[in-house]
Amino acid sequence: MTKELWKGNEALAEAAIRAGVEAFFGYPITPQTELLEYMSRRMVELGLAFLQAESEIGAINMVYGAACAGVRVMTSSSSPGISLMQEGLSYIAASEVPVVLVNIMRGGPGLGNIQPSQGDYFLMTKTVGHGDFHAIVLAPSTIQEAVDLMQIAFDLAFKYRTIVTLLGDGSLGQMMEPVEMPPFKEWPEKRPDWALRGAKDRPPRIITSLYLGADKLEAVNLRLQEKLQRIAANEVRYETFMADDAEHLIVAFGTVGRIAKSAVRQARANGMKAGLFRPITLWPYPEKELDALIAQGRVKDILVVEMNAGQMLEDVKRIAAQRVPVHFTGRMGGVIPLPDDILPVLEALDASGNGQNGHKREMAFA
Amino acid sequence: MTVTQVSTTQAKSMPSLPRLEEMQVVYKKPESLTDAHTHYCPGCTHGIIHRLIAEVIDELGVRERTIGVAPVGCAVFAYEYFNVDGCEAAHGRAPAMATGLKRVMPNHIIFTYQGDGDLASIGGNEILHAAGRGENLTVIFVNNAVYGMTGGQMAPTTPPGMVTTSSPFGRDIQSQGYPMHITEMLAIMPGVAYAARRSMHSVAEIRKTKKAIRLAFEAQLKNLGLGIVEILSSCPTNWHLGPVESLDFIRDRMIPIFPLGELKVHEALKQSK
Repeated sequence: MTKELWKGNEALAEAAIRAGVEAFFGYPITPQTELLEYMSRRMVELGLAFLQAESEIGAINMVYGAACAGVRVMTSSSSPGISLMQEGLSYIAASEVPVVLVNIMRGGPGLGNIQPSQGDYFLMTKTVGHGDFHAIVLAPSTIQEAVDLMQIAFDLAFKYRTIVTLLGDGSLGQMMEPVEMPPFKEWPEKRPDWALRGAKDRPPRIITSLYLGADKLEAVNLRLQEKLQRIAANEVRYETFMADDAEHLIVAFGTVGRIAKSAVRQARANGMKAGLFRPITLWPYPEKELDALIAQGRVKDILVVEMNAGQMLEDVKRIAAQRVPVHFTGRMGGVIPLPDDILPVLEALDASGNGQNGHKREMAFA
Repeated sequence: MTVTQVSTTQAKSMPSLPRLEEMQVVYKKPESLTDAHTHYCPGCTHGIIHRLIAEVIDELGVRERTIGVAPVGCAVFAYEYFNVDGCEAAHGRAPAMATGLKRVMPNHIIFTYQGDGDLASIGGNEILHAAGRGENLTVIFVNNAVYGMTGGQMAPTTPPGMVTTSSPFGRDIQSQGYPMHITEMLAIMPGVAYAARRSMHSVAEIRKTKKAIRLAFEAQLKNLGLGIVEILSSCPTNWHLGPVESLDFIRDRMIPIFPLGELKVHEALKQSK
């Protein structure tokens, strides 16, 4: 296959087509709108179900309905739209129907702006709806990786009957890169044995998230938690870059993970033993893998870099468990940290005898 | 309960009944209802409306390809009572959920069953746009003027002056607004094939309600667009009235505000009437 130049949002859309998406319901919002626009043409050409909904609330509930029919359905949005979808996502999680969701994050809170941000880390990994559940969160750092992760998104969603989210930021959605598109995926014609397809020659099926009895609802929750544990045990994805002998370990995801890679290369060229740990699944977080790297004893300090006020930072601190100092640098409001922003922080750490300066968060924001 | 004593002489004078095996079944539970006992309050007309819908599904022969979407409200467990595949929507979102189901299964029959809090209040946007798009769906809109499930609060359909748990001085139109006429709003939209308001307060009206439900399903079978039947229904528990007084309340207090009748009938439905 040859590489073609693709815009991130459109590449994600075509990748979903290749992955076998059958229905799309969405609502325009910058910076993900090109995904919806691409689908409005491509899905109609292919005879698939496409509908521009009246709102994100409408869209996610259409997704919920189509998912109950056992079809491969998705939606895409950006931060404020995800806030509106939270109710539906909670119902979907409780009903255990498979859904794929793309969030191309923008600056917040509030209407914020349309620049890239990673301000939805908490939202996506901790609280994507009311109640006890998590969605699988895949965080690509390049358009190619986004396309490749989309190829497994529906498999994961159907395997675990869960929500799978692809989490990018506005820069991933808007930029163009050479991409190799995968071939069209084959799916079995048979629908899952829980899908609502009409009670023909069988008793009726019900999909609900309502369990009035406390015992019943606790049993449902225990089953959900057991499923989440299975996902956590089997679906962790991450990348390390020059991390084997690193003394200064950057932890970063998505676009920032890619920028941090450049910073690590420059730091190495300057004689610093820097490395990168890049979680690809933000939930489940690669806890054991990061823990093992710290436990080897070579890492002297960790620098978390994010396009937010330090959200993943809390997870990294928890995993580091005070064995090594954990520092943070980040930008907000749509400002992208560049390697030139990260390098001086690394250099300061190196010069200070590994983090004796204490927390770098204030310094970075000054 | 009245027990009629039949004396031996009277019994002898009565015409002899046919033997069981010679009897014909002339009235039975529709196949589209389950055997479950409903949780509805005594005197509430939800149960009769369920039966009417089930009879229509049976008569149209579509049970095996019908999917019901239950609301949040008194009918939240409707999926337990209909012998068809069913799901439970978030509050007000049934028309969106039904849209998702219909768009991926255009040959299936999808209906929503919604109360007035669900459809006219929190779900106003979803029903409006499902109608605007002319979705081939059937919407059963049960209007009992209050939020029944949460204990009788004021709804957008509550008549002016009516005392509820959240309008304890009676609904004051100056501050709490006017009853909303959703079915009239929908009827003017080109995407709506059938719109009617019916009532459960008398046997004659119940029969008309069934005809309306049938047309709202036929609109979907013929791909004509959205079919909606608003049904004025009783809530003795929250109205603090007896079952019979509740039916009188529908007649005397609700129908003057919500007049009965067909508001929209697609040309292609007129032959089937």
